[in-house]
Amino acid sequence: MTAIAEETNGGFRLSQLIYDTRYRSLTIQAVALMAFMLFIGWLVSNAVTNLEALGKDFDFSFLSQPAGYDINQRLIEYDSQSTHGRAAMVGILNTLLVAVLGCITCTIIGVVAGVLRLSNNWLVARIMSIYVEAFRNVPVLIWILIVMAVFIDTMPPPRAFRGDEPDATMLFGAIAVTNRGVYVPSLVWGPGSGVVLVALAASIVGMFLFARYAKKKQEATGETMPVFWINLAILFVPAFLVYLIAGRPIGMEYPALQGFNFQGGVHLRNSLIALWIALSLYTGAFVAENVRAGILSVSKGQSEASAALGLQPSTTMRLVILPQALRVIVPPMISNYLNLTKNSSLAIAVGYMDATGTLAGITLNQTGREMESILLLMAFYLTASLTISAFGNWYNASVKLKER
Amino acid sequence: MAEQDAFVRHEMLAPEAPPARETGATKWLRENLFNGWVNSALTVIAGYIVVSFILEIVPWFSNSAWNANSLAECREIAEGACFAVIRERWQQFLFGFYPSDQYWRPVLAFLLLIPALAPVLFEKVPRQTFYFTAAFPFIAYWLIWGLSIWYPVTAALGFVIGAYAANYASKQVSGVLSAGIGVLVAIIWWAVLAAPVGTLLNMILPIGLSSVESREIGGFTLTLILGVTCISLSLPIGILLALGRMSDLFIIKVICTGFIELIRGVPLITLLFVASVLLAYFLPPGNTFDLIMRVVIMVTAFASAYIAEVIRGGLAALPKGQYEAADALGLDYPQAMRLIILPQALKISIPGIVNVFIGLFKDTTLVSVISMFDPLGIVTPIRADADWNGIIWELYGFVALVFFVFCYGMSQYSQYLERKLQTGHR
Repeated sequence: MTAIAEETNGGFRLSQLIYDTRYRSLTIQAVALMAFMLFIGWLVSNAVTNLEALGKDFDFSFLSQPAGYDINQRLIEYDSQSTHGRAAMVGILNTLLVAVLGCITCTIIGVVAGVLRLSNNWLVARIMSIYVEAFRNVPVLIWILIVMAVFIDTMPPPRAFRGDEPDATMLFGAIAVTNRGVYVPSLVWGPGSGVVLVALAASIVGMFLFARYAKKKQEATGETMPVFWINLAILFVPAFLVYLIAGRPIGMEYPALQGFNFQGGVHLRNSLIALWIALSLYTGAFVAENVRAGILSVSKGQSEASAALGLQPSTTMRLVILPQALRVIVPPMISNYLNLTKNSSLAIAVGYMDATGTLAGITLNQTGREMESILLLMAFYLTASLTISAFGNWYNASVKLKER
Repeated sequence: MAEQDAFVRHEMLAPEAPPARETGATKWLRENLFNGWVNSALTVIAGYIVVSFILEIVPWFSNSAWNANSLAECREIAEGACFAVIRERWQQFLFGFYPSDQYWRPVLAFLLLIPALAPVLFEKVPRQTFYFTAAFPFIAYWLIWGLSIWYPVTAALGFVIGAYAANYASKQVSGVLSAGIGVLVAIIWWAVLAAPVGTLLNMILPIGLSSVESREIGGFTLTLILGVTCISLSLPIGILLALGRMSDLFIIKVICTGFIELIRGVPLITLLFVASVLLAYFLPPGNTFDLIMRVVIMVTAFASAYIAEVIRGGLAALPKGQYEAADALGLDYPQAMRLIILPQALKISIPGIVNVFIGLFKDTTLVSVISMFDPLGIVTPIRADADWNGIIWELYGFVALVFFVFCYGMSQYSQYLERKLQTGHR
């Protein structure tokens, strides 16, 4: 009562800004905003003064100047006359290349290790625990450097493949692992190979249509069809027939020893291989823990109930356990992929020219434009991260438990 | 009743021993290694891998060389590992390029770290030791970097003066204002008075150690400096960021969310580049900010964003009733957070927080990329040295082992803490 009376006849007093809970939050926000603005303004004014003192300006035109350095691992056309912008693009593509490769392999390694760690085979479960602990508790940079050193110091040089009785042989007669990198066969697209690709694409569409048809039929009649095997046939048989009819247009080019080095095929540099293997093994250990936690989170009653319904173990796994486990597995999995992408910036330690190596490495050193290069680099990683996490959130929302 | 032919046993038979395949090692083997052909095959493959690994590693260790001056000499002495390189360079691994007659200083700082950490880690340690924990950063700074003892003392005095000012002001004005006054007084002390007072005291009573430059500090000393400093700074900042992100105050929420997402979206290495080449631009002109200090700022910002997200998870996991109960008791925001919400939320977030700490400790190796001499930064020049060219596992394995011991220890401690803080609900 007294409070109300005070308000009505007292009017607004300055002290209410601090003591009245209705206004206090506004005061705090206003003070915070002012402090934040002042802080940002202070940083910017410092930067302006410092740049002026060094006679530098803030300008991105260096991106269209010739870069003048070479990048040995690249996905698009690039030579030393290309611009810094082009170099950054090559680096960005290299980052994406190693991130995509790493995400695929770390998922495979992680799922296998996570499932095996739950195996009732004592020996296998122990080995997987050791793998997980060894990789989770040692910095990834050490693993990258170790794999790099192992490749450079212990793999045979190309000349070891020479002669009638060489010291080293190619794996399956096609893959050469040397201290200069790994040489794998490349595909050669002859005339008519487009037809094969079209057939393959048509088959994939056919697979989906057939799967829908089979599901409808099962819902209508209760009959089940061996969808997996039929789909496998739909995928490969037509494409293979077209491939034969078109006269085998797609060939393979094998790496071959010429002079001091291998020629032909695709040359994967040591730096790429080391980064790929180390990141996959390191992130795989984290994925394994997620997978294990996800499977453990599905209560035993679920598998027992589905067994009681007469479902087969494989069907139980596919229709009962996995969908529930995925809800637990997916969110940390996304952050694992994010971490792998961000950790790929360690490429700079082994000389793989990714976005960090080009933009914040040689370009920065050549042009002396620290501010612009690093801001661009951060913008790239921020975009990549936000894209991956947006995609992840979308997927997460689609598998989430629909609560009603 | 006539005599009967039938045999009637009058005493019980002794129980038979279970079949050999159902007891002891045989049963264990059958159940754990050879149940079904898939498992048997897995066991054989895994066993082969383990045996071949042991056959590799045991001779490597048992034939190791400890006394040699180069890899070639090692190979003459023994076929296996060449640990002579660690014997020759262990000082660099531990201290970097710290002056060798001053090694006692980082060692003493490390030894003092143990009693300083004890009250934080274990409940049974007397609470008074917290005073030593509070003083430790200043002692350690003085021990490692040297110079006059009065500068860390005056810096520490700033906290004391600020606390006294806030305490005095709280008798006159409300809580928020008095805290602000305390901070203001401390800042004035540091900005204006601390340096002259320190110099004056140093003239009156010169106590000091010889100065050591930041770039001379390296090895595991640097790892520990970065790890311990950033871990202890990032936890309180992370808590504040999480509270800010969960707060109702729109502007504070936006600022905190923006900061967290910005930091989490970029790799640590770009932040380290910022520390090494960019941060100097954003500080007042003519500053000579120390490199280690700049790295500490960026790594702390990095870790606190991650910790904020972990704690936000803990805050979100608390039932809404806890917040409402705190309101119903009439607690104001700081009290509710301190007494009800945070103790529970932090308990839930312990595994995540420790994971961030482990990650941070591992990430300190990244400073080798901006040419600081952490253990990995020490390894690279050794491997480039003609004497030791070609050594891999002895060096990297040694560094990896040390990191493993620290990180595994941290994860074990977090499990101990989880068990200790478990309150019922079993």
